[in-house]
Order: sequence, then structure tokens, then C-alpha cells
Amino acid sequence: MSANRVSYTLDSTLETVNSAEETAGRIAAEAGFDDEEIIKISMAVREAAVNAVLHGNAYDPGKKVTLAFERTGHDLIIVIRDQGKGLDTSRIPDPLAPENLLKTSGRGIFLIRSFMDVVEIHPSKTGTELRMIKHVHGSAADSKEASQ
Amino acid sequence: MIMKSSTRQVDGVTIVDLSGRITLGEGSVVLRDTVRDLLSKGQKKILLNLGDVNYIDSSGIGELVSAYTTCKNQGGELKLLNLTKKVHDLLQITKLYTVFDVKDDEAAGVKSFGK
Repeated sequence: MSANRVSYTLDSTLETVNSAEETAGRIAAEAGFDDEEIIKISMAVREAAVNAVLHGNAYDPGKKVTLAFERTGHDLIIVIRDQGKGLDTSRIPDPLAPENLLKTSGRGIFLIRSFMDVVEIHPSKTGTELRMIKHVHGSAADSKEASQ
Repeated sequence: MIMKSSTRQVDGVTIVDLSGRITLGEGSVVLRDTVRDLLSKGQKKILLNLGDVNYIDSSGIGELVSAYTTCKNQGGELKLLNLTKKVHDLLQITKLYTVFDVKDDEAAGVKSFGK
């Protein structure tokens, strides 16, 4: 099983959000995911990038977002990191709670968790690292393994 | 694809035809401005046609919720028409499908508004 990894250092801008989403879609397609899974992966990365750019780095031009993709035979591992104050995970709301249903924000992490198989959030005083994994299922994994 | 918005009147209901992406940035702003503009003109029966909206993110969902509550708070009604599968699925997993009044037929959607 071979692995390959690519990483990007990005500005804290809206363009980064769009670029991260597009890159995720391309890499997910190359990894053999089907169209529905590609959309989920690219949406998860978009939401993660929004969190990093807006809530983490707060559009600070002096702060960067790093985005890394690693492909193994069975997984696509995506790590996105900001240089903010560190996400307080205890304050992530449950967007499905009746009192939160009509809130206009607070659904990003929920969507990421809905779309990816594994999601880990590692906050620190120097920023937040969000690590997410999508397993390559069925024929995509089989064909990848067969070609290696 | 940038979001586009156009409005038309049918039997006292304003149908807003949206196309493109409702996402953080321009897409969300277009939706917000369109709904605010309609409400400021007293057009409070709004049917958002999302048939050509191919993508929506959490900011876009937030903007739909904001449009819904803003309209309701001003005594109006905002309903959704022609959801694509992607948008339908998103509203399902966020439990908003039961909050919004969703229609899949324009004529029936227009009729559903009170006179």
C-alpha cells in the first residue's frame, strides 16, 4: 500500500475557501470516490476551510491556513489547520436541538461530521487542527489496490 | 457559478428564481438582498424557486433560515419550491425540511399562500 501526500499553505481569504473545495473535489475524484462522495468530501473541506478562515484566523492576512491531503489504499486523510486562538469544542452547538434549529450559523462542524467517516478536532493555543478521514469503499478501494 | 436571482409575480405571490450556488460570500448576499428588497416593498408572499440551485453550504443554509425568519417576523410567508436532491438532503440532515414549507409544484405552491 503506497501513500502520497500533498499540502498547501493558503491565505485567510474567501478565495481559499473556494480553492480548498475545488482541490478536495479533484483529489477525491482521483482517489476513486463516486460523485456523491466527492460532493460530501468537497463540502466537508469547504466547511472546514470556512471555519479556519473565518473563525480561526478571522481573515487575518498575517495568518495562514494549511491544507493537506494524504491518500492511502483505504483512506483519504485530510488535515486543515489554522493559526487562531483554538476552537473551544465545548461551545460547539448541537444544530439539531429545537432551540438551535432556526439559528443562522453553527452547522459547519455538524455537516463535516455527517459527511466524513472520522473527524478529530485538535485545538491548541496556536490554532486548531481538524483531521478528517473518508474511507474508500467498494470498487474504488479494490481497483486502487489492484493497481498498486 | 455565481448565483443569479430574478423575480416574477403570480397571483400576488413573488416567485424568486434562483440559480447557481448559495454559499458564503456573494451567493448568500444576493439571497439576503433580494428578500430584504421584496419585504421593503411590501411583497411578503415569497416562493423561493431553488430548482437551479446546485449547491448550498452552511452559510447558505443560514441565509435561508434568516430569510424565513425575517419574512415571518414581518408577517409574511416564505416557502421553498423545487428542491434539488442535494438541497433536499441537506435540509433533511439539518432537520430543516420540517421547518420550511416545501413545494414541488409551482401552481400548487402559489395557491398555498393565503389570499
